[in-house]
Amino acid sequence: MTGPSAPIHSHLHPSNRRRVSPSRYARFVSSDSAAPRLDVDQILADPGVRIVVCCGAGGVGKTTTAAALALRAAEHHGRRTVVLTIDPARRLAQSLGLTELDNTPRQVKGIDVEASGGELHAMMLDMKRTFDDVVLAHTDPERAAEIFANPFYQAMSSTFAGTQEYMAMEKLGQLHARGEWDLIVVDTPPSRSALDFLDAPARLSRFLDGRMLRLLLAPARTGGRSMFSLVTASFGMFSRVVQKVLGAQLLTDLSGFVAALDSMFGGFRQRAEQTYRILQARETAFLLVAAPEPDAVREAAYFAGRLGEERMPLAGLVLNRVHRPAVDSPDAETSLAAAERLTTLGGHEATVEALRAHAALLQQAVREQRVAATFTDAYPQVPVVAVTAQPADVHDVDGLRAIGVAISRP
Amino acid sequence: MVTGKGGTGKTSVAAALALALAADGRRTLLVEVEGRQGIAQLFGTGPLPYEERRLVTVPGGGEVRALAVDAEEALLEYLDMFYKLGAAGRALRKFGAIDFATTIAPGLRDVLLTGKVKEATTRTSGKHRTYDAVVLDAPPTGRIGRFLNVTAETARLAKVGPIKSQSEGVAALLRSPMTAVHVVTLLEEMPVQETVDAIEELTALRFPVGRVIVNAARGPLVTDRVSQAELRRGLVAAGLPADRATVTGLHTEARDAAVRRALEDSLRTELRELGRPLVELPLLPDGVDRAGLDVLAGVLASV
Repeated sequence: MTGPSAPIHSHLHPSNRRRVSPSRYARFVSSDSAAPRLDVDQILADPGVRIVVCCGAGGVGKTTTAAALALRAAEHHGRRTVVLTIDPARRLAQSLGLTELDNTPRQVKGIDVEASGGELHAMMLDMKRTFDDVVLAHTDPERAAEIFANPFYQAMSSTFAGTQEYMAMEKLGQLHARGEWDLIVVDTPPSRSALDFLDAPARLSRFLDGRMLRLLLAPARTGGRSMFSLVTASFGMFSRVVQKVLGAQLLTDLSGFVAALDSMFGGFRQRAEQTYRILQARETAFLLVAAPEPDAVREAAYFAGRLGEERMPLAGLVLNRVHRPAVDSPDAETSLAAAERLTTLGGHEATVEALRAHAALLQQAVREQRVAATFTDAYPQVPVVAVTAQPADVHDVDGLRAIGVAISRP
Repeated sequence: MVTGKGGTGKTSVAAALALALAADGRRTLLVEVEGRQGIAQLFGTGPLPYEERRLVTVPGGGEVRALAVDAEEALLEYLDMFYKLGAAGRALRKFGAIDFATTIAPGLRDVLLTGKVKEATTRTSGKHRTYDAVVLDAPPTGRIGRFLNVTAETARLAKVGPIKSQSEGVAALLRSPMTAVHVVTLLEEMPVQETVDAIEELTALRFPVGRVIVNAARGPLVTDRVSQAELRRGLVAAGLPADRATVTGLHTEARDAAVRRALEDSLRTELRELGRPLVELPLLPDGVDRAGLDVLAGVLASV
């Protein structure tokens, strides 16, 4: 499958934005206007929104954000919600009642849905089992058993760099198809790059549908006269190289794998394309999650560009772990100078420490604003919400609820 | 090898380590394998090619070279070295054979990456090794065990043949005293948990675990509680306004800082209990720039 070759999404891509002459609007819009505020409650309450996808770099609180949003959708907006997590921290998983990875949504007990009538279900993705289910759905049991026993299938279903992404999307497709949920909140895998999550399904599907597989499977079918003697010649060389490097047993396993998968090509491709279209639909809202650190914000900006190119609906950016001083004055310089004076005076250790902590907080806030501006400068139309850093880590329902409140009312 | 949870700053630590090891006229190689171009971003250079390039020179005549290993390039290089493929290898790439090979056998990709690291580590120019040290900005804690455990991954697929012997050679080096796997963490709950898990996994797989490196660490607080009255007295003594808003604001900040530090202290204890040598790198107020890397390198060189 290849992505659509349609033009870049109208208003989100910086190169397009620049085509609008600024002079026409300059009189009405202040040049340094901040990004619009992201109203998370509006998204969570909208019955037209059926899927929320949280994406961003690793280590920015993506899973926690997804869980907090799902909890809020259930408790506050009365929606029948399911959250699909990929690799949650142990204690967060426990707080949602996820003690085992069983690949099925489980209802989260002990939350406050009496008034709203909502429900929260949670599940952890089991990549291998999801892959197995896909195989079972597309082939007869005998052939499936053959596939499961093949060492290539075992390697691919548990370690291929894109399998997790692909299976997360597959699971999303399954949950969506069941139609049982008002809202599905998806956490995306902690990829080496945010792009993997968009690229891997296409890549895996292209691979499973690819000419290399077809060549291995039946060179005659793709070959014939028109199919370039170079390819056939190179392919012969390819299999000789593979045989030399990896050994003959491997080639036998490989062609066995390929032959077994052949019956499934159409199914794989169709499902990947279906999920891709769901992601482009109006019922989906993508939320970028980042922390005010250069890598995370760069990744978010990159992702915003990609979503635009793929014509996928970007709802906004959740900027986690933002530091905000409780009071602006005295400023950092004054605080540090005062701390120096008090140190010389002696007897004010606690105040010295408080002033130094205050100065550090102010400096950090300035640095974070500078980092965040690299995103808002490139994508000024994308709504943003900043979530203040919590002093301690979150791993219970109360903590998730507090984050939900912080995201909605900054 | 430098690993750590995503977001802990393992690339910065790897770079600082390469700088520290290049002191006294030595030459080090800083390698990345995940196609993130993290080294280039850190040093503000253009994207690194699959080629060893001088990154910086270090006072004392040392230098750090950098290399971004690409699995495809490494496979072609490998095939060329052992099978003299030349132009035919490029033809393979042209119609996706390389992508195919590394997709169908994910372990192959890791063998190629670690194989390149082994080649650079053991390479000699004249009578001496080309590099005094090779520092790898390795995959994060969640993937490190599988990444290093190349024999297990390839043994599943290749029972005999050169790939098998290649992976055995890599495994022998990775388990030798020439290797140390350092784990970078922050004093935050999840990175510490992943550090504990990774060390357990690496130990079980018999990889030599090096140091636990705490990045962006702040010293412990002298006082654990401060009253508003104390703050007011201090502010007055310093000649600063001591109005209610200022006092309560500073008090709130001090209380949050104390909660945070108490958590950090308990995490620090948890890390000490691992029984591994612990290094703390200071939080740099201006972020990790070139000068900051030198500060971190200085700390690493002194331990």
